[in-house]
Amino acid sequence: MALPAFAGRPVTSRRPFGGPSGHWLGRRNPRLLLVVTGLFAVVTVSLQTLAAATVALGFGVAAAAAGGLPFRSLLKRLAALEALMAVLLATLPFTVPGDAVLSLGPLTATREGVHAAALIFLRANAVVLVLLGLLGSLEPVVLGHALARLGVPHKLVHLLLLTIGQIKHLDDERWRLRRAMRARAFVPRSNRHTWVSYGNLIGMLLVRSLERARRIEAAMRARGFQGRLYLLDDRHWHLVDTVSLVVLVPFLAGLLALDRLP
Amino acid sequence: MAHIPDGVLSAPVLLTGAAASAGLLAVALRRLDYDALPQAAVLAAAFFVSSLISIPLGPSTAHLLLNGLMGLLLGWTAVPALFVALVLQAAFFGYGGVVVLGVNTLNIALPALVCAVALRPLLAGAGPRALLGIGAAAGAGGVLLTAALVAVSLGLSGEPFLPAAKAVVLIYLPLALVEALVTGTVVSFLHRVAPEILSGSASRYA
Repeated sequence: MALPAFAGRPVTSRRPFGGPSGHWLGRRNPRLLLVVTGLFAVVTVSLQTLAAATVALGFGVAAAAAGGLPFRSLLKRLAALEALMAVLLATLPFTVPGDAVLSLGPLTATREGVHAAALIFLRANAVVLVLLGLLGSLEPVVLGHALARLGVPHKLVHLLLLTIGQIKHLDDERWRLRRAMRARAFVPRSNRHTWVSYGNLIGMLLVRSLERARRIEAAMRARGFQGRLYLLDDRHWHLVDTVSLVVLVPFLAGLLALDRLP
Repeated sequence: MAHIPDGVLSAPVLLTGAAASAGLLAVALRRLDYDALPQAAVLAAAFFVSSLISIPLGPSTAHLLLNGLMGLLLGWTAVPALFVALVLQAAFFGYGGVVVLGVNTLNIALPALVCAVALRPLLAGAGPRALLGIGAAAGAGGVLLTAALVAVSLGLSGEPFLPAAKAVVLIYLPLALVEALVTGTVVSFLHRVAPEILSGSASRYA
């Protein structure tokens, strides 16, 4: 699988902290997006009725559309979710006790089972759509800064920022090594030779990137780096962000009310 | 497959996972020195990038987990490194979810920690054959423990999840085999090419 679009962008671009980008969502404070994603996820996983879960999925689709994610890459990313999901959807209708609706040999699908499976499908996809729509289009560095402002420990944020910086280099290195293997007529198959070759590939990836990290750190120390990155961002909390939150909280409360009230 | 999506697990399981992960993270961060961050970042990035490689496995393909390798190379630092990689995977690929992040972190980081405690001390002074074995044990152990934890998370969330939990363990068995071979190869490769990464000086390497 290819890396998402962000990996191609240099971390220190013209707008290193991802200044306001084109669409409305891109101009919102990243803290707002994180808070909304968190609140939405907590509310959504607690939903028990199909009606409320469907509304949540609708909000997810709207968020994904507002985030400007290309439809095809979105479907691809959703498919990644479905491996474990497929197992659950295939088994749940037959394992939840209740009224039988369908018999397949010794197995009986129940109304309650189908309901549980549908509920899980709706809730999981709603959360992932909001996650990708609101956070997936952020610059990773911006995400790190927003997490720090929301009180995530600084050491953890530093680790996140340094990791983001490394991903691009490691992916480049991976493609270089893959090209070198292909030039020697390597074709991946389901055999021992392939798996050992991948082991060597990952080993080489580690050796080269650790060596690189060591060189970069030495160069940074020579320029006075003390082991700490300073968080400088220019994203302010605007009135629109407050308004968005004020509009959203009643929506989520309404979703819960729709779910709980008879 | 190691990433459980949101909306599946029950509230008690979610809360327990979140609390346990927060605890592990707090301990690991206290033990982590700023100097060790660059190396941890490289390995977190390697975990992220390597999980993108599809490996042919029978008629299908699989993605590597590599948590055993992370535990072996990083020790306690594997916990925040894996957490960071999981956050990035969730935000940019939609693997897993938001509320379930604690459970997913626990399911992947705890096996790494077990490999670190059980196998890392054996690395010093081991010969090439032994290293291959240690690596294989870490690879298989990491995957199998994660499979067991995923199955337990599902099983504790309700009786109807039990068949799915069993299916997960079965699906993981061939992956454990591949991961054992790959991790064993990585460890013996590192021993030949850059033994200082394996010896205790790894934390000073960065």
